Amino acid sequence: MSTDSLLHTPLYSFHEDAGGKMVPFAGYAMPLQYADGIMAEHRHVREHAGLFDVSHMGQVRLLARSGGVEETALALERLVPADILSLKNGRQRYTQFTNAQGGILDDLMVARLDDALILVVNAACKAQDIELLQNELGECLVEPLEERALLALQGPEAELALATLAPDVKEMAFMDVRELDVDGASCVISRSGYTGEDGFEISVPAMDASRIARALLKHPSVKPIGLGARDSLRLEAGLCLYGADIDENTTPVEAALEWSIQKTRRKGGKREGGFPGADVILGQLENGVTHRRVGLLPEGRAPVRHDAPLYADATFEDSIGRVTSGAFGPTLEAPVAMGYVAVSHAAPDTALFAELRGRAVPATVKALPFVPARFKR
Amino acid sequence: MSLYFTKEHEWLRVEGDAAVVGITKHAAEELGELVFVESRDAGTEVTAGESVAVVESVKAASDIYAPVDGVVLEGNAALAEDPARVSSDPEGEGWILKFRITNADQLAGLMDADAYAAFVG
Repeated sequence: MSTDSLLHTPLYSFHEDAGGKMVPFAGYAMPLQYADGIMAEHRHVREHAGLFDVSHMGQVRLLARSGGVEETALALERLVPADILSLKNGRQRYTQFTNAQGGILDDLMVARLDDALILVVNAACKAQDIELLQNELGECLVEPLEERALLALQGPEAELALATLAPDVKEMAFMDVRELDVDGASCVISRSGYTGEDGFEISVPAMDASRIARALLKHPSVKPIGLGARDSLRLEAGLCLYGADIDENTTPVEAALEWSIQKTRRKGGKREGGFPGADVILGQLENGVTHRRVGLLPEGRAPVRHDAPLYADATFEDSIGRVTSGAFGPTLEAPVAMGYVAVSHAAPDTALFAELRGRAVPATVKALPFVPARFKR
Repeated sequence: MSLYFTKEHEWLRVEGDAAVVGITKHAAEELGELVFVESRDAGTEVTAGESVAVVESVKAASDIYAPVDGVVLEGNAALAEDPARVSSDPEGEGWILKFRITNADQLAGLMDADAYAAFVG
């Protein structure tokens, strides 16, 4: 497949040198995997530490023209259901941009760093997100951080490896954000990720990205990891992929993301509602939903994948939903999936059936995550 | 000649009126480590180009197509326990299925080892 017309991240030559198999992803040439392959890369992250290039994601700095962080936070709250005002300096929170129907336009991380908010959004949505911010938040400066790369270092030995370049990361807890010097480059580091493991995301000036990636790879714990393992890791961790598990037609409540909507934004809260689709979303929080995102463990070894229909019965008469993500979980050594099912079938341990090549594969609803999170709280 | 190759990166070894089918080394490298392999049931009649088996990596499922018309005799039972065998020895222990050829004339349309090597480049 030709990758000539695709955008390159600042780490493109790093991937080529490391033997990355480059594929198109959201308009970028990105490494699907390196020589070891997806299974080995996945396991390496769970056991040691893996380095991911996620520079295709959007990084945006948001700052009220008045310079006040409160005004910036209150402005962003008009677009997302999370409590941004209470976000302390040096902390990060997960939320979603919603539409008037309560659907999800994108999911994102919001960090407070002094007077500004730093947003990390999905690659495929970033142009649309930036336009939304510019159109809706007239009181804010919206600054896409195009000259910055984003690295993720994930796994139980991530701290050990990153601390050799930035010792202060040892003091950070899960979802902490700090501006730190890494090998002479001014970086913004958060202790977070997309694997269910302890780890960091490192926003680094583009010109320093390759050097820092190579420095991290020198650590014996660290190997480069492609998008293939990133997907299987996040699936085992029960984390949503935008465009598959969540989209404009799913609300945060249907997606089982209500933990990301703090009390202050709910009914009776100090700043109740005030974001697009609040009537729908707050109504669902009160009255429930018809379908919910759940984890699914299919029987046997055959992976049940995206779009597989789900039924209450093995004769495919009682349709109850569909799979939104499915793959083989290298850590579980079994197929794993997520999907939406009718709430009547959403309780853990409920037995249901997935249609696979015309056959009924028994599957069990399972509480997420499949692999326990190992964040440093 | 008893060994044939297809544009879909399968090999076919003819033994009498039967054939053993697998994927080529090139295909195995492209697919990565396999986690699941399933052939259609013994006795299934297939025409050339129809799916006779599916091989799955972590990321994706890929069909294996019948190179010529035939009837499925058996899938490689060892792959149920150890699908990675296809990745490690695709042209030997990692064979995928055996089937009876019902239209041997179609073999003439397949490639030999040299033609396949040129095809892969």
